[in-house]
Amino acid sequence: MDDVISNFDLVLQAFRLTIELFVVSGILSLIFGTALAAMRVGPVAVLARAAALYVALVRNTPLLIVFILATFGLPKLDVQLPFFVKGVIALTVYTSAFVCEAVRSGINSVPLGQAEAARATGLTFTQTMSNVVLPQALRAVVPPLTSTMIALAKNTSVGAVFGLFEATARMRYFSNNNASDRTLIFLTFALGYVIIVELISAAGLGLERRGRVATR
Amino acid sequence: MRLNRSKMALAVVGLVLSAGSLAACGNAGESKSGSVDVKVDKNAASNFDAGTRMKELADSGKITIGVKFDQPGIGFKGATDDAPAGLDPEMGKILAASLGIKPENITWKETISDNREPFLQKGEVDLVIASYSITDERRKVVGQAGPYYVTGQQLLVKKGSPIKSVADIKGKEVCSVTGSTSLDNVEAKGAKPRGFDTYSECRDQVADGSVDSMTTDGAILLGYAAEDPDNLQVVGKPFSEERYGIGYSKKYPEMCQWITDTVKKAEDDGTWAKAFEATLGKSGVKTPAPPKMDACA
Repeated sequence: MDDVISNFDLVLQAFRLTIELFVVSGILSLIFGTALAAMRVGPVAVLARAAALYVALVRNTPLLIVFILATFGLPKLDVQLPFFVKGVIALTVYTSAFVCEAVRSGINSVPLGQAEAARATGLTFTQTMSNVVLPQALRAVVPPLTSTMIALAKNTSVGAVFGLFEATARMRYFSNNNASDRTLIFLTFALGYVIIVELISAAGLGLERRGRVATR
Repeated sequence: MRLNRSKMALAVVGLVLSAGSLAACGNAGESKSGSVDVKVDKNAASNFDAGTRMKELADSGKITIGVKFDQPGIGFKGATDDAPAGLDPEMGKILAASLGIKPENITWKETISDNREPFLQKGEVDLVIASYSITDERRKVVGQAGPYYVTGQQLLVKKGSPIKSVADIKGKEVCSVTGSTSLDNVEAKGAKPRGFDTYSECRDQVADGSVDSMTTDGAILLGYAAEDPDNLQVVGKPFSEERYGIGYSKKYPEMCQWITDTVKKAEDDGTWAKAFEATLGKSGVKTPAPPKMDACA
């Protein structure tokens, strides 16, 4: 355990990479997932089918396989990217499908009359979505999206065996060198993840409180 | 519609599965190591004193040896192979032959780095010959005779790489197995560490140019270079020392002298050199002089 304390900068560095992976892929999958959800509920049949296919394909694939395809598949196609980018791609591709379904459930929670009323006043589909349906839907999706984001934060640990020296890889480094302290080292790193997850759920709760005024 | 959808889901699952298995196929190595015929001593049982573990094994005509299954040249067993091939299994055959046990009567058990001591302590294997570095820490819990081979951490690169020695790895991406000591050593020398789950995944990353170099014990790297000599090569002098030993249970301290004598005899009569040439020697490296064995306590 002394080894961990005297090298605590290595622990912080590793958690920094974990957080970077989470923030970058989190933002990207929120954008991409919301776009997918709009495609799924939209009037264009081809786009709706394509988005449904994407969700079916990716949501049924284990994250490990998505990582294998990104890390070992892309170089075979002569696509050379930094490991951080490959990790972000794998996490974004995977998480977007879950974001899409969470957002879609939110859109479905908005009564159909709202959209009909919007169309009746002459708004286009895009305007209906961005001004009427999505603002209401996003309020309803905060709790499921918070869960998706928490899962994403923990999923970053898969990167440990795909060239990313994040918190889990660093934990294995310490436990390899200090076999007698394995439990304490594990608990230290677990605490780090608990803190990250608590911050995300606190942010989720804050957003829920802000949205409450409009719905009640 | 429902039927269509479930059919589609099935098709997608099939696609994904085949993509996954393709990736897995790409990672699997192939064993090209040869094997050496070892003379089996038919009257071996009479050479050992009653009550020793060697006598028991010789009388039973069977022995269980723990080896690695994932390190070409050292100990490797492909999915379709009957027995593992490599320097470690060759050493096992030499030891078994001195007990009068034929190679087909050896039970090979896969050991990974974490279970070598427990396997010996619980008697699940009689010997461990599995790129098993001799350390003081390990000698506290199990017996280790040898070394029968001395290697050190080296670098595997693509042919034509600018990396010629460990001095060139600063700022370069170097892969190994996540959590291994080899990875820590290159990180300390300024390389960007890239951890993977297995050695073969890391080798693939070097082969397709995703990382600049791979590092672990030279013996393991030589095995990979031997598999693909046109593409990969091992560079630089070893920058750590690993002395491979043969593990036995502390319950039978008499085994140490037998292992040491048998390996010494194989070194002297050229069997050791033949075993090396048939396995690690295939990468083009010259057969080294056999290392000096430690005396038994």
